[in-house]
This record gives sequence, structure tokens and C-alpha cells, in this order.
Amino acid sequence: MTGKPPFETVVSAHAGTVLRVCRAVLGPADADDAWSETFLAALRAYPGLPADANVEAWLVTIAHRKAIDVTRAAARRAVPLAEVPDAGIDTAEGDPGLDGDLAEVLTRLPARQKQAVAYHYLAGLPYADVAAILGGTVDAARRAAADGIAKLRRSYPGAPVRSER
Amino acid sequence: MKIDEPDTDEVTRDLIQAFPAAPGDLSGLHERLAAAAQRDGILDVAYRTIDSPVGSLLLAATEQGLIRVAYAREGHDAVLQTLAVRISPRILHAPGRLEAAARELGEYFNGQRRRFDLPLDLRLSAGFRRTVLSYLPEIGYGRTASYTAVAQLAGHPKAVRAVGTACATNPLPVVVPCHRVVRSDGQMGGYLGGPEAKRALLSLEAAA
Repeated sequence: MTGKPPFETVVSAHAGTVLRVCRAVLGPADADDAWSETFLAALRAYPGLPADANVEAWLVTIAHRKAIDVTRAAARRAVPLAEVPDAGIDTAEGDPGLDGDLAEVLTRLPARQKQAVAYHYLAGLPYADVAAILGGTVDAARRAAADGIAKLRRSYPGAPVRSER
Repeated sequence: MKIDEPDTDEVTRDLIQAFPAAPGDLSGLHERLAAAAQRDGILDVAYRTIDSPVGSLLLAATEQGLIRVAYAREGHDAVLQTLAVRISPRILHAPGRLEAAARELGEYFNGQRRRFDLPLDLRLSAGFRRTVLSYLPEIGYGRTASYTAVAQLAGHPKAVRAVGTACATNPLPVVVPCHRVVRSDGQMGGYLGGPEAKRALLSLEAAA
């Protein structure tokens, strides 16, 4: 019998990648919420998904929107500070699940660069799909990812993007 | 020509190390997903497996009740795929909904339970086959009935082969006791769980 596989198969195949993407785009604190919202929305919509759809691109597209929602909700909850601290200080420090400084540097990248890097390098989506998610041209998506990687490399000369401490 | 395109594999490897997704994290998230899906009424089919003296059994339930019990030899993946097509692809491993079914089956295999008290969803069986299944619980624990006798019970004394088919396609073996239907000549007859499983269930019930 043919047809769409059980949703459990989708979760098994893509849970890890989507969690990595959420952690990269949002940081560890909000990643779990985004992951949960993503898979719950995906389960709801799953019966209507065309059988030949690219499931990973579909999930990352949902995760992208959920990450934006989670970020906005966090911003609404945030208590305004008299003095705005420097962007990105210590965002990942001491958080569980992040392997040192590459994670920290990545989460400090501008949103589009961070998203382009996560969707292309972590989720493995081609730039055409990344562009469809981010809006804009394929070249712009490619450039955003290249700029992001260049910044990661600047922080970690030598071995590709990871620090050797 | 590409400008400074980094080695994709290397970057990917480093990023995967930087953003781990440990199995423990994922199983916690999976549990949370199953609970949220149940809460929102979009967990169309929940399933789990249990170990039993007749091998690993797949248990699946809709909101209405237990819809499938499957032997390992039926292929649990194939059974889930069939449920995805016939019922809904919104299927998750979610043991919570199968708690009562797992407990009652455990008691049955320990010889401590003689009848099941579970809501059943008989949607996978229709027509005469479903009629036959509805009569099977009347064959008491530890007893057997012939295919002919069941055909008479179901009001179609000549439909002996159809009773055989109904038993062979029973979506809820063990719980709906098709293993208690045997041949008129005393032979055990076939069983969807295999002859060893049928023999094991009948001797379990005879011993208890």
C-alpha cells in the first residue's frame, strides 16, 4: 500500500535537524518552544501536504515562521532596560547544549546571515529553498550565507570555523 | 565562478558539533509533542509496542479506542503505513493512550485476566467480517469453537470460509479472540500470528 508515511517517520527523520536549526537561529532558551510549535503545526497540516513535497524544506519553512513568532513573543515579554547592553553579549554562555564559541558567534550574526547559514549548512537546503524562505533572490541568500561564514571564519582563523582551545 | 565558497561538509560538521541534538533532548520534545497533539485533538492514531510471550505486539488506538493489535510477523512498519492510508497519517508513538490496553494485555499474558474491558474501534473491519468479530467474545476464555459453529452463531451457517477470512483479517487479535476458533476436526487451523502463537494462547488459557 502506498501513500504518505506516518507522521512519526517524519519526526524521526527530521527532529534533530530542526532542533539544531532552532538552536542556531534562536539560541537554546527558546529553541524547544519553536521546535514544539513547528512539529505541532506540521502535524496539523500534514494530511494536506502533497505527497511529493520536500518535507525538510517544508519543516524549515514552518520553523522559520515559528522562530519569528517566538522572538516577537519574547520581545513583548522583555522588560525595557534603561541602558541597552551591547548586542549579543554572553547570549550563549553557560547555556546547556551549545558547544562553546562557534555557537555563540553564530547566534550573534545578523538575523538573515544566521538564518541563511542555518538553513543551508545545518538543514542542507539548496539556496533556491533558502531564498524562498527568506524572501529575496537566490544570489542574495547565497551572499547572506557567505557573509555569515566569513564572519565565523574571522573569529576562528585556521581550522574552518571551529576554535581550537 | 564561486567566491570563497567554504567547504560545505566541513562547515556542516562544525555546526552540527556546535548545535547538538542529543537523543535525550529529542525524546523529551517528542513526549511534549504527543501531549500537545492529544490536547489539540490532532493525534488521530497513537501507538506503542509491548513485549509478550508471543513476541512484540504493536498496539494502535484512535480517539475512539483500540484499532489495531499486530504481530511482529505482520511487519509493524507495514501496519503503521496501512493505518496512515486507511485512517490518517497523523500517527505518533504515544504510549499514554495505550496505557490501559498494555496493562490489560500484560494481565492476560500473566493469566490474571480473562476478558478485556477496552473501548474498541472496529473501523478496519466491515460487513460480515465485522459481524463475525462481534460474536467472537462470546467464545469464553479457555474454550474453543469451530469455524462452522461461529458461522451458525453469526446467522450464516454456510459462510464457513468467510468466518475463516474474518479471523485471518482480524485487526485486533488476542483482544478479539479469533485464536479460539478452530477446525471442526479438532485441528487448530491457521492463525494470523502463526501457529505457534495460536498454540501458545490456547495453552495459556487452558492452564490458567
